[in-house]
Amino acid sequence: MEQKKIIEVRNLSKHFKEVKAVNNLNVNVYSGDVFGFLGPNGAGKSTTIRMLLSLISPDNGEIKIFDKSLKENRIEILQKIGAIVEKPDFYGYLSAYKNLEILGRISGREISKFRIMEVLELVSLEKRYKSKVKTFSHGMKQRLGIAQALIHDPDLIILDEPTTGLDPQGMKEIRDLIIYLSKEKNKTIFLSSHILYEVELVANRMIIINKGSSKVEGIVEDLLNANKMRVTVEVNDSEKAKSILANTSWIKNLESTVNEKLIFNLSQNEVSDLNKYLVENGISVNALVPTRSLEEYFLNITQKASG
Amino acid sequence: MIKLINIELYKIFKKWRTYIGFIVIAVLIPMIEIAISIEGTRSLNFVTREIRQTFIFVGNLLNTYFVSYLILNSLAIHIPFLITLVAGDLLAGEATAGTYRILITRPISRFEIVTSKFIAGIIYTFLLILWLAVISLGLGYFLFGTGELIVLKSGTIIVLAKNDIFWRFLFAYGFALLSMGVVASLALMFSSLVENAIGPIISTMAIIIIFIIISAINIDIFQSIKPYLFTSYMNTWSSFFDNPMDTSEIIKSVSVLTGHIIVFFGLTLFIFHKKEILT
Repeated sequence: MEQKKIIEVRNLSKHFKEVKAVNNLNVNVYSGDVFGFLGPNGAGKSTTIRMLLSLISPDNGEIKIFDKSLKENRIEILQKIGAIVEKPDFYGYLSAYKNLEILGRISGREISKFRIMEVLELVSLEKRYKSKVKTFSHGMKQRLGIAQALIHDPDLIILDEPTTGLDPQGMKEIRDLIIYLSKEKNKTIFLSSHILYEVELVANRMIIINKGSSKVEGIVEDLLNANKMRVTVEVNDSEKAKSILANTSWIKNLESTVNEKLIFNLSQNEVSDLNKYLVENGISVNALVPTRSLEEYFLNITQKASG
Repeated sequence: MIKLINIELYKIFKKWRTYIGFIVIAVLIPMIEIAISIEGTRSLNFVTREIRQTFIFVGNLLNTYFVSYLILNSLAIHIPFLITLVAGDLLAGEATAGTYRILITRPISRFEIVTSKFIAGIIYTFLLILWLAVISLGLGYFLFGTGELIVLKSGTIIVLAKNDIFWRFLFAYGFALLSMGVVASLALMFSSLVENAIGPIISTMAIIIIFIIISAINIDIFQSIKPYLFTSYMNTWSSFFDNPMDTSEIIKSVSVLTGHIIVFFGLTLFIFHKKEILT
């Protein structure tokens, strides 16, 4: 069965003076996706998100969200979207509760006190609900940003670099929240990031953009498997291991040998298979260290484009 | 829309700067009235010095109406400044705080955002003028009581009977609200162009001061420009104290000022509709 398209972007372009921020970009996000929108800083991610939220107008192209043109159905569409765009800013002179109350009231749905507290609890800010936002740390504002995006229970959540400036624990909490919203609440999530690792952990589909154009798009797992990593296999006897592998197809993957370390080019699935094969043939595998990941792939793609 | 206006008013009255205008009036007007009260009839004698030789004055002429008229006459520059403090911040304040993003990504139109802010700004202006009226007339009543009002205009003496004055003040304050509405809408327009409230406050005040100076200088070229400056119509509140009233002058001024409000508001809508939110 064909999945329902939630976001459909066709030939989207935007320039600022001489700079082409977004150049003929095509993006498809399907219902239930956690969609990773990847690119280095300045790739055009925020510009695209601003166009998706009608903060800026495209020069060319079409944006359809929930199968409707954004240009003609802006208000109807925005009722079903929650978003964080870049850094989270609020009315600093108001409390967290009051900020959410105000934003909830203009979100097209009736928002109860219970709902406000529920969302604050979800981002662990329930104890600070009376505090003025100007007293909040960056991490707390970031979490409040997520709360305001969720307050009206939207179907599509657009998160623009939601973990920027957070400590590792805070980053993990946000990732867990994204997974929870996707799995438990069936939300479609559009996650912009320049950290590939973050996308690898939570997204099922992704696109990599650079200089405003799409470089690669697909299912994260497929992209991971399609692109081989360099894996260092540390064994007890490298010569024996090489002789065992000599007559197998694995030898084609062997790139080099350094002391007792065999360096292979392997896809993610092949790593465990090789490990199993070596162990079954009496080779003790002390360590398997992937030294090439999608991160490197990402860098290759973006650097090629830059070069 | 009412929901949005309520939210805008809530935001306005949660900011400290909003109360500066009310505090200034609450301090300045009593100071003036108490000073006049201490001075006694000397201030009245000063105003009527040129005609004292010819006329004999009887009754309580130093009364709340006389003092409130003097105050209204002398605050032409100060009240606009208090208005711009808030109106100049209405849109620019959102840009400074970065809250345009959370506002515009909600399911509300840009027309609704600008209109609700404009109406909230006008309500603030109304409350400030009302505060001025209450303090000015109310405190004056306790300090001086009521009486006839003497108005001197271009060498003419107008004496208004005690029971013929209050309604004129109501209309004069109403007209002041219209004049200040022009100031508020001008400040809002500037506020839509920039990302810091200081710019709209300075720009609006600069325009008002320049226009007033041009109008005051008796040079032919400036006098020919005068009818095209909105500030030339802002003093028409005093026409409500003429006897008989020049209604055609009042209608003309009301039309010009209302026209300015519509134009400034329309331009704000146009600018904001085209605005790209990059902050």
